[in-house]
Amino acid sequence: MHYLLAAGGIERVKHAINTICEPAPFFILSCAALAVFLIGYRFWTRPAVAALLGLSAVLYYAISGLDENFFSIISKPDNVPISIMMGTVAFCTWLAFRQAAINDARVERGEPLLEAGADDKVLVWPDLVYIEFIALILCTAGLIAWAILLRAPLEQPADPSVAPNPAKAPWYFLGLQELLVYFDPWIAGVLLPGLIILGLIALPYLDKNPRGNGYYTFKERPLVITMYMLGWVVLWVVLIVFGTFLRGPNWIFFGPYEYWDAHKLAALLNIDFRDLFWIKALHQGLPSHWLVREAPGLIFIGFWFTGVPILMAWTCFRKTYRQIGFIRYAVMSQLLMWMFLVPLKMALRWTINLHYFIAIPELPFNV
Amino acid sequence: MINWIREGQVWNSIFRHGVPRDRRTRAMAILSNVFLHLHPVAVRKSGIRLSFTWCMGGLTFFLFLVEIVTGVLLMFYYRPVVEYAYFDIEAMRSGLVSMGLLREIHRWAAHAMIISIWLHMLRVFLTGSYKPPREFNWGVGVILLVLTMLLSFTGYLLPWDQLAMWAITVGSNMARATPLAGYEGPGAAFLAIDGVPLVHAGSDARFQLLAGTFVGPNALLRFYVLHCVFIPVVVTILIGVHFWRIRKDGGVSGPL
Repeated sequence: MHYLLAAGGIERVKHAINTICEPAPFFILSCAALAVFLIGYRFWTRPAVAALLGLSAVLYYAISGLDENFFSIISKPDNVPISIMMGTVAFCTWLAFRQAAINDARVERGEPLLEAGADDKVLVWPDLVYIEFIALILCTAGLIAWAILLRAPLEQPADPSVAPNPAKAPWYFLGLQELLVYFDPWIAGVLLPGLIILGLIALPYLDKNPRGNGYYTFKERPLVITMYMLGWVVLWVVLIVFGTFLRGPNWIFFGPYEYWDAHKLAALLNIDFRDLFWIKALHQGLPSHWLVREAPGLIFIGFWFTGVPILMAWTCFRKTYRQIGFIRYAVMSQLLMWMFLVPLKMALRWTINLHYFIAIPELPFNV
Repeated sequence: MINWIREGQVWNSIFRHGVPRDRRTRAMAILSNVFLHLHPVAVRKSGIRLSFTWCMGGLTFFLFLVEIVTGVLLMFYYRPVVEYAYFDIEAMRSGLVSMGLLREIHRWAAHAMIISIWLHMLRVFLTGSYKPPREFNWGVGVILLVLTMLLSFTGYLLPWDQLAMWAITVGSNMARATPLAGYEGPGAAFLAIDGVPLVHAGSDARFQLLAGTFVGPNALLRFYVLHCVFIPVVVTILIGVHFWRIRKDGGVSGPL
């Protein structure tokens, strides 16, 4: 009897976790977790707190591994690196922000940084060469152990006539594949990756804050670090985890304890911005010429990429604008607006089932 | 016996300094070795703390070397043609050509390299090490990051199993949608002469990538050459630039 009650309880917990892992709650909770972490970074990075969080995450993972659906996902050979990535990303984020917290507290007290002592030099032989040598041996040992424990996957011979369902790109591109839910391939697969590369290369020329060069800090450059952590941890790493672990056949969402049933249906009726404007709001038919028909969407997207940056230069980015000048601000704001178009479109998809802002199949040009 | 070797002509022709016990010979150990002289003779103490660098850049480089060594060995046993590719991998797997864990190490080191290069970038970002004078080297690093992922992507196809073929199909389908250059991309329809499209399924970006309209034998050969020759050569050159610039920009970063 107790056993049955307990089993029912576990099922309810699993069901609850399945529910909060759906796209909207999963993404919003990730953003919220990042915000809570960054605001209270001095508290969350205390060794005792961080150890407790890390331990509970490991425990959760281990217990969940008892569930066969959960286990079948995380034990796919090519998914194992994702678990390793999650662990190392969490650990390295903790390590960096722990040192940032210490440095920020030290600066407040007028004490030197952890990294202080520029003239305090040591010889590379033996100090650095030995560190490298030990790291290299540990890395080799780890690789050999990994190779013994886990065989590299080899499925059936390639067959162009039998498409697996779901067909997934290699895991490190899965964040982009997940974006295909919200954007057309020319944005998710071409434009956004290109902008990520360009934006990363442009970063040192856009960030003119001279502080925080060569040491861990959060207080001295909160905005840039927040943007980077949002872009990399949430929009890249979290979407990879989502795309690999929680997207099943037909790219439909499956909770972590859910069986990947190829017959699961997702009722989705997405509507375009133009339908909202002409049909729902104005109660009339769609204009025949695409330029008129798409005018609401074109104006909205135009405003998003020009009006919003100008408004921000007047208000919240006033100081930044003065500091970096027109050209740098123009480039930075375009990159940021593209980045924030992603969560904007996600939010509109979850709330009003928005399909496209602009849908011009004639060209074709869909945003 | 050891002393006899150390005093002999052979030893002294290779190592032109004494045992690295004092400052002078330790400096000589770095300066007179072509591999070690990537390093400066002395570094700031904070720069070699493991908690500062995480060793991730170095590990990425080490994993790249592991990939080269295991990759060259794998090339002895692998033929990049559709008729043989899968069965060559299967032979490795079943131990018929007994290279043991070679393929496993190659694959897992590739995944590990992607993780380590991301973490290296995270470290460099969070210590603000992309700031002047290191702006250019950060850019080189971003290119290396992209090339590392492309190396992994091109290698993903080579086993020629279902996993490989369909992952590359999904990935390369994106090229179809390249603005102007992909036949399904925006603007491509305008590139036409007298109504004859210039950009079509047989000429667009995806076709150039795969040497065909689907992931077939030409794509396998093309990815093989990209994976084993072209990208590694470019990466090697850029790693040279990257390391050289670390030295020229003042070594491991620290507070100014």
